[in-house]
Amino acid sequence: MATLIKERRIVADSWRLLERGPKGELPEVPARGDVVVPLALWLERRGDFLAYPGKLGVWLDANEAPEALAGEVERFPLIAVNFPKFGDGRGYSIARLLRERYAYKGELRAIGDVLHDHLHFMKQCGFDAFLLRGDQDPQEALSALDTFSEGYQTSVLRPIPLFRRRLSAGKP
Amino acid sequence: MYLYDEIDQKLVDERVVQFRDQTKRFLAGKLSEDEFRALRLRNGLYIQRYAPMLRIAIPYGLLSTKQLRKLAHITRRYDRGYGHFSTRQNLQLNWPKLERAPDILAELATVQMHAIQTSGNSFRNITTDHFAGVAPDEIVDSFVWCEVIRQWSTFNPEFSYLPRKFKFAMNGSTADRAAVAVHDIGLHAVRDANGEVGFKVLVGGGLGRTPMIGFVIREFLPWQHLLTYSEAILRVYNRYGRRDNIHKARIKILVKERGPEKFREEVDAEWAHLKDGPSTLIPEEIARIESRFTRPDYLHLPATDSGLDAALVADRAFANWHKRNVHPHKKAGYAAVTLSLKQTGVPPGDVTAEQMEKIADLADRYSFGELRVSHEQNLIFSDVQLSDLHSLWQEVRALGFATPNIGLLTNIICCPGGDFCSLANAKSIPVAEAIQQRFDDLDYLHDIGEIDVNISGCMNACGHHHVGHIGILGVDKNGEEWYQIEVGGNQGEVRPGVGASLGKVIGPSFARAEIPDVLEKLIECYLARRDSDAERFIDVVHRVGAEPFKESVYGNADQRAAHRRGQLASA
Repeated sequence: MATLIKERRIVADSWRLLERGPKGELPEVPARGDVVVPLALWLERRGDFLAYPGKLGVWLDANEAPEALAGEVERFPLIAVNFPKFGDGRGYSIARLLRERYAYKGELRAIGDVLHDHLHFMKQCGFDAFLLRGDQDPQEALSALDTFSEGYQTSVLRPIPLFRRRLSAGKP
Repeated sequence: MYLYDEIDQKLVDERVVQFRDQTKRFLAGKLSEDEFRALRLRNGLYIQRYAPMLRIAIPYGLLSTKQLRKLAHITRRYDRGYGHFSTRQNLQLNWPKLERAPDILAELATVQMHAIQTSGNSFRNITTDHFAGVAPDEIVDSFVWCEVIRQWSTFNPEFSYLPRKFKFAMNGSTADRAAVAVHDIGLHAVRDANGEVGFKVLVGGGLGRTPMIGFVIREFLPWQHLLTYSEAILRVYNRYGRRDNIHKARIKILVKERGPEKFREEVDAEWAHLKDGPSTLIPEEIARIESRFTRPDYLHLPATDSGLDAALVADRAFANWHKRNVHPHKKAGYAAVTLSLKQTGVPPGDVTAEQMEKIADLADRYSFGELRVSHEQNLIFSDVQLSDLHSLWQEVRALGFATPNIGLLTNIICCPGGDFCSLANAKSIPVAEAIQQRFDDLDYLHDIGEIDVNISGCMNACGHHHVGHIGILGVDKNGEEWYQIEVGGNQGEVRPGVGASLGKVIGPSFARAEIPDVLEKLIECYLARRDSDAERFIDVVHRVGAEPFKESVYGNADQRAAHRRGQLASA
């Protein structure tokens, strides 16, 4: 059973993720409920959602471009990014772009092959919710959010790189 | 030597804690083989043919004697008492135990060392000129810029799972001693008309099974933009580099598939968002990093030393060594010295724990307690007084590291090959040894002059065979070990005139026993065609082409056709 970690806590998931069919076909949208729809479904049928009674989220696969949501990210209380395989690092760039370039402020959720040892970097790139793969120990995984206490580079959580922060702190 | 500050140290310590936990969870069955593999590789831990292999990072090849003594201790306590210096200026242990790897990392952290990102689909150790900071033709001290890149590329969250490994090379001198054209990103320091530092940026070079020369994506990148521009390149690569096929996942394939111009446009479009952002470098940071490097406390010395001059006249063996293994220094009265790890009969790059300790003692006495590892798998004492050279030579000779062959045919670059590596198609060390035995006449070697012979045991090209003036590649044919010969490769513009180039295979492969004969023919062909002894092997190949070399080995076209008919008839 996949567990959701959000804001450093294990929480219940109220969203329903609508996945594509086995041949990639777009899913049917239910009559009600909070749903996360594939990007393509949103792009093709956005008109259908004008009167949708529930909350609407959208999810991107690793090969999909966050540019497609330019200018309308704030429409979504939740955007999810899929990691088809834990070693596929495209989602890290997608997350940074959503946060930094498109100024997305809502929930940014990592879904798919989301494992303990990757949470720290995901968090740095702007994810604030993690749908852990079913076999992961959520308590252990929580501790992995803080593996490293510092980072040299810019990231969503540390928009100013260490070398500038050092300087303003007056340290040699 | 760059000295860590508190944060540098803390990150390395936290890495040890992380890897200890990961190893524990793997041994407890909580991590699958596949998942742990991705994690252990970024700590340099491979599962090899006979045992795990641990690759320890030596950032840009710079090492203190304290660190070298610690490495000696580690090889003794956790391994079989020796290590292998690799072409990426790292040290590899061939027999550590998986369960002890976290302890090894903890020991390394006590001397500001680690194995971070020495393998896996991540940023690897940046390499540079082994004469950085001391070369007379220096443009910048490349160590400082390497450290800037090291920090930026260490645990970079966005680029933690790249499509494939990613290698930077940095060259800070006029001559290219860092092979910048055959790296994912090559940076060659330049100064503009006003003396401002910038970098010529090459991208998409590499060896491996699809060797390519990098293309110049930018002629002059002002230093302030080094990180934002790198970030733009990496973001384009991270998003669009192929992940469907491991053999097509390096950035060179993306550059090739997009075309260099299209690739440049994409990078520029990305850079437009990042340029002048917070990652833009500032003079204070460069000064801070510079100040964390310890510097030799040089004496003011005359440019020549009469004792040295006398010894060069009196002692021919010393003079031979001096000619090949002593290199000019930007500071008067000093020289850089290469300790050759290419003694015949010893696998290139291998050093025992005892030797490491003795080398450390020598470096303390003769070279300010520091040394460098070169990508040619030798060790460098960068700051030796001219008046000490003769006594240093005597001590180094006693250790077996005074083979006067730097730049010569027997200074072979060679991967561990089939003796150790599970990827290898063929052994490489015995080939190197057979060549060294055949060319054992020092006068002949000096007469042949400068030539790079590089050997790889498989097409992954760890022995850089594509950029050897003569490259030798182990191939597998129906379970048997064969060797292809290439000529015309060149790692870069080490001497003015011939830039980086890739070797071309000259014909059908050979059995191992035939290789020394083949080399002899190639060398004879060269000697017969050179204009003077100033014209190197590679210069002749570039001037006359590969055909005469091919003929010298296989005969002319008619003879080759007859040979093939004969082979077919007997098949």
